[in-house]
Amino acid sequence: MAVVFDKPHALADVPLHYCPGCTHGIVHRLVAEVIDELGIEGRTIGVAPVGCSVMAYDYFNCDMIEAAHGRAPAVATGVKRSDPENIVFTYQGDGDLASIGMAETVHSAARNENITIIFINNAIYGMTGGQMAPTSLPGQVTQTSPYGRDTSLCGFPIKVCEMLSQLDGPEYLERVAVNNVKNVKNAKKAIKKAFENQVNGKGFSLVEVISSCPTNWGMTPKKALEWIDEKMIPYYPLGVYKDRSAEK
Amino acid sequence: MAEKVLMKGNEAIAEAAILAGCRHYFGYPITPQTEVAAYMAKRMPKIGGTFLQAESEIAAINMVYGVSATGKRVMTSSSSPGISLKGEGLSYLAGADLPALVVNVQRGGPGLGGIQPSQSDYFQATKGGAHGDFHMIVLAPASVQEMAELTVKGFDLADKYRMTAMILADGTMGQMMEPVSLDFAEGEKVEKPWATNGTKMARPHNVVNSLFLKPEQLEKTNFERFERYETIKQNEVMYEEYMMEDAEICVVAFGIASRVSKNAINEARAKGIKVGLIRPITLWPFPEKAIAAAAEKVKKFISVELSMGQMIEDVRLAVNGKAPVTLCNRTGGMIPEPEQVLAAITEAAK
Amino acid sequence: MSTTQYLFAGFGGQGILFSGKFLAYKGLMDGANVSWLPSYGPEMRGGTASCSVIVSDTPVGSPIVSRPDVLIAMNLPSLDKYEDAVVSGGTIYVDSTLIERKVKRTDVKAIYIPATKLASDNGTPTLANMIIMGKVLSEEGQFENEEGIMAALKKVISAKRADMLDVNMNVMRLGHEYAE
Repeated sequence: MAVVFDKPHALADVPLHYCPGCTHGIVHRLVAEVIDELGIEGRTIGVAPVGCSVMAYDYFNCDMIEAAHGRAPAVATGVKRSDPENIVFTYQGDGDLASIGMAETVHSAARNENITIIFINNAIYGMTGGQMAPTSLPGQVTQTSPYGRDTSLCGFPIKVCEMLSQLDGPEYLERVAVNNVKNVKNAKKAIKKAFENQVNGKGFSLVEVISSCPTNWGMTPKKALEWIDEKMIPYYPLGVYKDRSAEK
Repeated sequence: MAEKVLMKGNEAIAEAAILAGCRHYFGYPITPQTEVAAYMAKRMPKIGGTFLQAESEIAAINMVYGVSATGKRVMTSSSSPGISLKGEGLSYLAGADLPALVVNVQRGGPGLGGIQPSQSDYFQATKGGAHGDFHMIVLAPASVQEMAELTVKGFDLADKYRMTAMILADGTMGQMMEPVSLDFAEGEKVEKPWATNGTKMARPHNVVNSLFLKPEQLEKTNFERFERYETIKQNEVMYEEYMMEDAEICVVAFGIASRVSKNAINEARAKGIKVGLIRPITLWPFPEKAIAAAAEKVKKFISVELSMGQMIEDVRLAVNGKAPVTLCNRTGGMIPEPEQVLAAITEAAK
Repeated sequence: MSTTQYLFAGFGGQGILFSGKFLAYKGLMDGANVSWLPSYGPEMRGGTASCSVIVSDTPVGSPIVSRPDVLIAMNLPSLDKYEDAVVSGGTIYVDSTLIERKVKRTDVKAIYIPATKLASDNGTPTLANMIIMGKVLSEEGQFENEEGIMAALKKVISAKRADMLDVNMNVMRLGHEYAE
């Protein structure tokens, strides 16, 4: 019997702890598929964040490092500088990357550090139970913005791809989503490009993945995917924000 | 023996690190340790190494964490306020059992404090320095030669015990020049089968991690780590005794304070006062046995420090009530003069 | 037992640290124990810069010179600040171009040399420090061995600036030959 669907080798054969309807599993799979397709598992080192995907170090079969909250790009910088032949990726959420780790994010981009960053933007802190994220939408109700995010009190969401695109450093910035089949296919393409860039020595590549968090958004998984189309994507338009190779 | 050259303590640390096989340095400018970074910036590109000025001390220590995870020798350096920022990384390095060399060229505090020499980070260095159950090996050089020697030793100890070794120096040690002989070879290579440097598809994946959500598991790793600490306490204590044979008064001092104290002890001896010095070279593990042994015969102890009195707590623990322990100190960037220490010795001799 | 504690003091930019380093190297090459400790921080860029040098035939204890045997004062604030610290019977070298007043102490030897003017007249205005250094070596009887001086100069002047070796040697001779 022909096998038409299998687990990627780079993805460990263990149950994931993510909530029903969470899109982390999809993105994990896409990353693992790309690692398989590029044949780089044996020289890939992943850096896990603090957040829902903290235990990603158990889910990938490549070597993995658990970083302190927000510091994954700095850790990845060390790993990459130690052996530039190795492929280094970080997998970070919005609180990790765009709040506590903003300095590490911006400066690794400014240095055009030859690493790949998978940035999960689901507009909420999931692991700690649904607090306001730097990317929570105006008016969004969370545990720490119970009356809706009041931009006069706590400012506006940070659009990471737009912001980083102002830097001369980064090679490639793209925002994708994983709320329908078409978007998942596009996300795979972007993630593959972000890894290929590193393999080809091109430099800092970040893919922002608009993701859902049905549990903390207080929605059914289906409704959460619709909410991405209705609320998230209008605020965070999908597309390529920087691609130096396309500029040439 | 290699020809002696005059070098600043900060530069001696940097060159010794290179001789010890360190090829990765991450730092951030802060007085009075900046010469370490400047030296590395000059040397590393010429020997195929990495010098990177990080965006912050926090980033620098996490870059250290990344290189260490791959199994290579790596270091960072800073001064007091910067070490506080590195605290997070120091705890994670401990939790993940990663070796690293961290240099603290101390300045006065708290807060932004000043930039003149101090020893007021003693508590921070010897009691862990950040959250969680852990220690660092803390080495206290008292000369430029020792700045170099203890750097090499620090890398060896860090690798041997999979933990951070900290050089706890101060502004004078960093800034002063003395003749130094840099006659070091790279120490014995320690196998690091735990390193995350790529599976090569030849082994199960390695994970470098400090997260243990099951308390039973976290407790177990902490117990194991502290068993290792016991071995270190047994095997790695270093100290110098000076004129202790017949001493009735014992000065305890490290780093620059020990040198000021030696001047005072020489003068006191000339006046017939039987005084000696115990100089801890490892501040953790602390030479508690040597001090306890001295407490059997010495009548009085004086702890000489560039702080409000931090090491004195460890001296008192070791003396265990057998003799009075007094403090002779300056703080905030001031350095005790030999006259002040001599006065304390004379007072104790009354 | 012989230990000499030197304190060099002046403005940042006068070569205070350089001449101290030269003297430390000279001591090292003569087989002595030496230490060199600079003042550091913002005061290097304006106020009083100073540097402690100890040359001793026994191991150097504290590298901090608070009671110098020899004070080299290259500006008035330095003389004002450190004159009283000099040990009785010590020596104070004064750059008399920049310091108009005399040494008040009577229990120390005061040596006045218009180093800044001599340096300027010689076309080497940045080397007043080494003119005074020539005087110091001269007073200490160290000038008899010019080869030793040159050897120490080679340690503090990089090979790329080898032309500066003779220049420094010559200005030190000016200090050596200067008579009040």
